[in-house]
Amino acid sequence: MSETLSTTARPAATPPPSPPGSSSRSLAIARLRDLALVPAIIAVAIVGSIVSPVFLSTDNIINVLQSMSEIAIVVLAQTIVLITGKMDLSLESTFGLAPGIAAWLVVDPALTRGLGLDVLPDAWAVPVVLLVGALVGAFNGLLIVRFGLNGFIVTLGMLIVLRGLLTGISGGQTFFMLPESMTYLGSATWVGVPASIWLSLLLFAAGIVVLGYTRAGRALYAIGGNADAARAAGIRTDRVLWLALIVASVLAALAGLLISGRLAAVPSAQGSGAIFQVFAAAVIGGVSLNGGKGSVFGAFTGVLLLFMIINVLTLAGVPAQWTNFLNGTVILVALVVSRITGGKAQT
Amino acid sequence: MSPLPQRSTDGLVGADQPVVEAVHITKRFGSTVALADAGIVVRRGETHALVGRNGAGKSTLVSILTGLQAADNGAVAFAGRPAPPLGDRDGWRKRVACVYQKSTIIGTLTVAENLFLNRHARGRGGLIRWSRLRRAAEQLLAEWSVEVDVRQPASTLSVEQRQFVEIARALSFGARFIILDEPTAQLDAAGINRLFARIRELRAQGVTFLFISHHLQEIYEICDQVTVFRDARHIVTAPVAQLSRSALVAAMTGEDVTMPEADHRPLPADAPVLLSVRDLVTASGAELSVEVRAGEVVGIAGGGGSGKVEVAEAMVGLARPAGGTVVVDGRALRPGSVPDALDAGVGLVPQDRHREGLVPLLSIAENVTMTVPDRIGRRGLISPARRDALARDTIADLAIKAAGPRVPVADLSGGNQQKVVMGRALASDPKLLVLITPTAGVDVRSKQTLLGVVEEVRGRGTSVLVVSDELDDLRICDRVLVMFQGRVVREMAHGWSDNDLVAAMEGVDLHHV
Repeated sequence: MSETLSTTARPAATPPPSPPGSSSRSLAIARLRDLALVPAIIAVAIVGSIVSPVFLSTDNIINVLQSMSEIAIVVLAQTIVLITGKMDLSLESTFGLAPGIAAWLVVDPALTRGLGLDVLPDAWAVPVVLLVGALVGAFNGLLIVRFGLNGFIVTLGMLIVLRGLLTGISGGQTFFMLPESMTYLGSATWVGVPASIWLSLLLFAAGIVVLGYTRAGRALYAIGGNADAARAAGIRTDRVLWLALIVASVLAALAGLLISGRLAAVPSAQGSGAIFQVFAAAVIGGVSLNGGKGSVFGAFTGVLLLFMIINVLTLAGVPAQWTNFLNGTVILVALVVSRITGGKAQT
Repeated sequence: MSPLPQRSTDGLVGADQPVVEAVHITKRFGSTVALADAGIVVRRGETHALVGRNGAGKSTLVSILTGLQAADNGAVAFAGRPAPPLGDRDGWRKRVACVYQKSTIIGTLTVAENLFLNRHARGRGGLIRWSRLRRAAEQLLAEWSVEVDVRQPASTLSVEQRQFVEIARALSFGARFIILDEPTAQLDAAGINRLFARIRELRAQGVTFLFISHHLQEIYEICDQVTVFRDARHIVTAPVAQLSRSALVAAMTGEDVTMPEADHRPLPADAPVLLSVRDLVTASGAELSVEVRAGEVVGIAGGGGSGKVEVAEAMVGLARPAGGTVVVDGRALRPGSVPDALDAGVGLVPQDRHREGLVPLLSIAENVTMTVPDRIGRRGLISPARRDALARDTIADLAIKAAGPRVPVADLSGGNQQKVVMGRALASDPKLLVLITPTAGVDVRSKQTLLGVVEEVRGRGTSVLVVSDELDDLRICDRVLVMFQGRVVREMAHGWSDNDLVAAMEGVDLHHV
């Protein structure tokens, strides 16, 4: 029926003007946007293998993947929030606070010079970590979604409050003697590869599917692109936003659990300052700070590129005092590169 | 829900019932009465115009008819049945759809996804089947003969394509009653023609339209019935053919309004040349050379893509020209520099007041005085008293409806916002006033004021350039240069006939074919 209609109706209608200029080209670029960093990653790999033969060894690749696995999960969390057009600075504090609270509640003070309360059995540690994440996300949502406060300022406040809370309960010390349930995920090895690598790759794969192929995931893009239009399309924007903030905080808490497990300790400064690297990785990976644009795969390439470059610099024997300077330079250079390959200003 | 477009009209029975009937609607916002016992009846298959000046209550009625707001009093019925409750968005969408002035298309998503947002085609496991969704989108657009690549991001669509996509989306929900809120405001003449052709086609297929426009000519062209609102009340509903233009305008304004006619007395022979544009070439390739004398009003007409806006923007420094010189009162302007143009005495009303004309959250006073900081301050500090005094003059001169100079511009109606833009252009007492589509999207009364201003400033020896395809705007000009595909194709002295000018803008010469 539609066939006949379109053939009969078309001659009557004047064809609309061809879309302005370069739409077919921008279409191709939009598709390639996801892969924009792949050439850069290959280039760094080549440079790395020239700098040091160790670079492409299995051990070093696993080393790079493990060192980035925790931050990568926070990048995934931030990507989810950024796509909705919000931002969550407090993720870095949740990253430290969630395992910190769990350790505080389960660690025996007799063994740790008075740190901890030992009020919960060890088995509760992991559920507590995730619960703290969920509560932080829910509270962020309460202030941002329900009370309509500015997300940047709310999560900046939360960043300071949560960090302060961790410092308070730990007295500025480091929790140690963690129960095995807390250290397992961060230290176990599955099929010869650390569990944290498996987990981060799995979570990214899940993120690609959820954000690319489910209505809930597409709702994130719709809200970030035009919240009014999303509402008009019947999307429950408030609920989706709230959920995105909770999922992001839970992911950050899980990432914190992994690094605590790897180090078998929760320092009171765990995650402090990490949010800048997280933002940089997401933006380099093509996620827009204005919302509505970016992909989970892109974010993954962003964080991978950052950590590969850091690894190459380490292998090249760059003194540790210069690491921060080079880190910042890498971020700026990566932005310029993605501006050139993407053809559009990063926002 | 099936992603395939439904062509059924279930739920809309009774061919003799009006598609929508709203009676005794009253709506208050605080102390403001937006609608007072107003109503409208739209019959099946007609194209019904809703007109009224800014603030007459049209937008409020639209939001009540589309279920975005509840009326305080009164009832809405679709095909004789009471409207669904506000929460039932799907119920509303099956009955009525609205293409708002503000796009509800999400630019960062593809056209296909926009069409099926939140009702994506899904396969096993609830995962979206993109290939099926794209096919459904292609099918839907083909069904309504909209030729757009569904894979492109919606931000690449032109205004016209975006409207067609929004209409197709509305139809896919099953709605056969579509409200078009000023659909022509951002279209050029050719685009309007295509839109109207589309409306006629859809009407033949049984779609009913409620058409909101400021352009009375369009109403006579496309509509069967017209309903006039004024001051929150329903004034009259009549067949378009039975209502003369002057009667329609009188119904809208409550009084007779005539557009200002220039007193086209010849310029004094010794009037100096104030503006001299030589071989100006824009980045897009449009060319213009023109000389304008003091006190002269020159129109630059042309359809979209004629290059008229581009040459004007290049002239005042909004865009960097590829070549040529612009001399204002003996001073050559630095290419691509707005500050230099302002300094040389150019006042500008840009094309898009929302994007280039105004800072919506700032007050009228701050917006009006934005270009003249030195006139309202001393030693780098701004004096609020002097600023407000200047703004009060503007408010009085241009009859801006506002409580005072401190009112944020965002709170004003479209016509009054445009007056603020005009006020800003005039604040520097310009030698040359460049007006780009100065009356787009404003009501009849504001139009009259805005064009009246031109008459006034020319009397003071200011040269005026009117860049527009609105006949009312061009009628005040001493002569009109008509551009077509980047070139000036004709120059017409005052006294041209509407047909000649429109034909020239479309690239047709009535006398030489």
